[in-house]
Amino acid sequence: MITQFLQRYFRRSALLLVARRPWSSSSQSSLPPFHTRLLLYLTQRFYDVEMLLSWRSKLKRRGVQKKNAYYSYTERFYGSNLATAYFILNLKGGFRYAGQPDWFRADRKGRFSWDFMNHKDTPIEDVDMSYTVFNYTGLNNLEGQQSLRTLSLRGCPEVDDWFLARLHMFQDSLEELDISHCPRITTGGLAALRNLKGLKRLDMSSLPRISTPGLVIILLEEMLPQCKITATGYDHSLREEGGEEEQKNHLQGQR
Amino acid sequence: MSTWRRLRASLRAAEGLIRSRRQAPIPGHETWCRSLSTGGSLRNDFFKDLEAQLSAMRKKARDALPGSSWSPLELNPNLPPERADIVVVGGGVMGWSVAYWLKQKERIPGGLKVVVVEKDPMYSQASTVLSAGGIRQQFSLPENIHLSLASADFMRNINEHLDVLNEEPVDLQFNQSGYLFLASEKVAHIMEENYSTQRQAGAKVSLLSPAQLKDRFPWINTDDVALASYGLENEGWFDPWTLLNAFRRKAMSMGVIQCCGEVTDFKYTVNVMTNLAGDHVDFRRIKSVRVQMPNSLEYQPVECAIVVNAAGAFSGKVAGMLGIGSGPKDSLAGIALPVEPRKRFIYVVHCPDGPGLDTPFLIDYSGVYFRREGLGGNYIAGASPEEAEEPDVSNLEVDHQFFEEKIWPSMAHRVPAFEKLKVTSAWAGFYDYNTFDQNGIIGMHPLINNMYFATGFSGHGLQHSPAVGRAVAELILDGNFKTLDLSRLGFGRILAQEPMMERNIV
Repeated sequence: MITQFLQRYFRRSALLLVARRPWSSSSQSSLPPFHTRLLLYLTQRFYDVEMLLSWRSKLKRRGVQKKNAYYSYTERFYGSNLATAYFILNLKGGFRYAGQPDWFRADRKGRFSWDFMNHKDTPIEDVDMSYTVFNYTGLNNLEGQQSLRTLSLRGCPEVDDWFLARLHMFQDSLEELDISHCPRITTGGLAALRNLKGLKRLDMSSLPRISTPGLVIILLEEMLPQCKITATGYDHSLREEGGEEEQKNHLQGQR
Repeated sequence: MSTWRRLRASLRAAEGLIRSRRQAPIPGHETWCRSLSTGGSLRNDFFKDLEAQLSAMRKKARDALPGSSWSPLELNPNLPPERADIVVVGGGVMGWSVAYWLKQKERIPGGLKVVVVEKDPMYSQASTVLSAGGIRQQFSLPENIHLSLASADFMRNINEHLDVLNEEPVDLQFNQSGYLFLASEKVAHIMEENYSTQRQAGAKVSLLSPAQLKDRFPWINTDDVALASYGLENEGWFDPWTLLNAFRRKAMSMGVIQCCGEVTDFKYTVNVMTNLAGDHVDFRRIKSVRVQMPNSLEYQPVECAIVVNAAGAFSGKVAGMLGIGSGPKDSLAGIALPVEPRKRFIYVVHCPDGPGLDTPFLIDYSGVYFRREGLGGNYIAGASPEEAEEPDVSNLEVDHQFFEEKIWPSMAHRVPAFEKLKVTSAWAGFYDYNTFDQNGIIGMHPLINNMYFATGFSGHGLQHSPAVGRAVAELILDGNFKTLDLSRLGFGRILAQEPMMERNIV
């Protein structure tokens, strides 16, 4: 009897627990992390928290905008090449001057040597902005670089379709472009690469927002016939087969 | 009162429970515990009830205070409020954009009560969602180019403007493909002039010779093309429904009231004045807007201070209710709002051999346009019919003959691959066609004190909606244009009979 009672009691308390959590309606396994849930709960309950959250995102946005501001002062006093170089180093990126073997880079803490100031009139050829907050407005600083040959934007969270559309400013010079792991790029933005006539190499691996990677890669190859496209990180063949099998199983189950 | 009755009832029930327990044989462990917990839940229920009753009572007291819109009669909950500051007629993308910018610019939160009235809540016949969804900068009027640039800027930062906390970010599905205009020899000089205007305004456009065109787009037949202009940036197409919904979601989260109904009448006061010539002029001021509920005889007059006419294709009808255009022929009141619905067809065609990912939004000098739709070899195409052959606007039926006779020959001539296409579907939508000069009308009518127009865009309303909404909000709240000077697009040009035509090559 006692065991029966205990069983019932626990069943009921479990039910109560579930009922008390409004966000666990679909499944328990896909629960967001604790702090997200807490914030969600607080925003639903208090307007102040909502305000704080919107302030936070606004501040974050403003920070990104500030980092990508146009270096007009530097450009006026030191010329466009040095302004571009300074901008890149400030964003913790790296670059290489034309005709020089070594790269200038900022270290992990954002410190860099000021040797780059010695090359006032050398244009910049290679730029590596991987994993930086480089965005559309930041491109203003690169506008003067007519001999830019390679641009690496690997894993940039702020690079979006509008950014790709603006790359037409390097349409005569750009040969290599790396946009792999950029979370905001979609198929609509890849269509803008048509303006880069001289592109020889394109790395578009692991773009999470491309829904039909196989087809998109074929269409891109058609659009840029002289360009070698690298696209890894898409398991198109495997996923499709898996999907079909699942469907078959499902159908059999229905029968 | 009923709370007390309930309290007594529950007390009696509790008493009964206790008594029955006494009479029952010695209860088992299990039942004892269970009855205890039942008692607890009963008590909980009672307090919950009490709370609900109290809050209902408080609400009733609040409603009974003067200044609230409560009335003792049983009312339809979908009725619009009796009073509002600003009523926006038309809940298309333009209306919602105006509503959003009004709320965005208000000085104190909740300072403005804005109501958007839309007659078609399913948007089944709304021009917004039936459009091709393109945005371009290749206009000839600087005003239109600046409107496009500002709208493109808005769409680029759409998540800064229209994101709602705890909701998904807006994904416009913007396709970054330029517009490609083709000009014949006769109109090439116009294209060159337009090009210089566009460059001056800051649009990124390039001119292509036929050889360059062939080099870039080998699938185009360049036989009779003298010049082409091609947009490099900020041009393309997007999902109109997403933009409309994003505006609506954000505006409603900021407190705009949505209302389904049709504006059927206005109540206004008339002020008669005499002008220098000695003629009497009627000045009108709208007092209230009559909103008829859908499928019913019920209506609600909404008292308001300002009305925004964003009714698109039907804004001429709305303006007519105020007597615009019904005065004597040669007076100010005799000039009607020159906006009327015009039906335009869009055909979806399938052509597996057609141009690929780099297909621009191509506009031929014959007036035929097409663009890619998705990645599976689908395209959508259309054209504007001749003035004399305008289709009947009473319904939205598609004339398939029009495609066979007018569109297909031009398409197949321009792109030989389109010889073998198949029409898979088609639809029709309304343009808010400005018969006077095919450009938007933004601003006030001189004879009506408190109605603002944002209409007559003749097909570019969707792409200009973010910037026009901001301009109208500035006009209402600041009294003047602040960011973009659109005063040339006002009603004055119609009264002065000075059309501002787009110098288009089509």
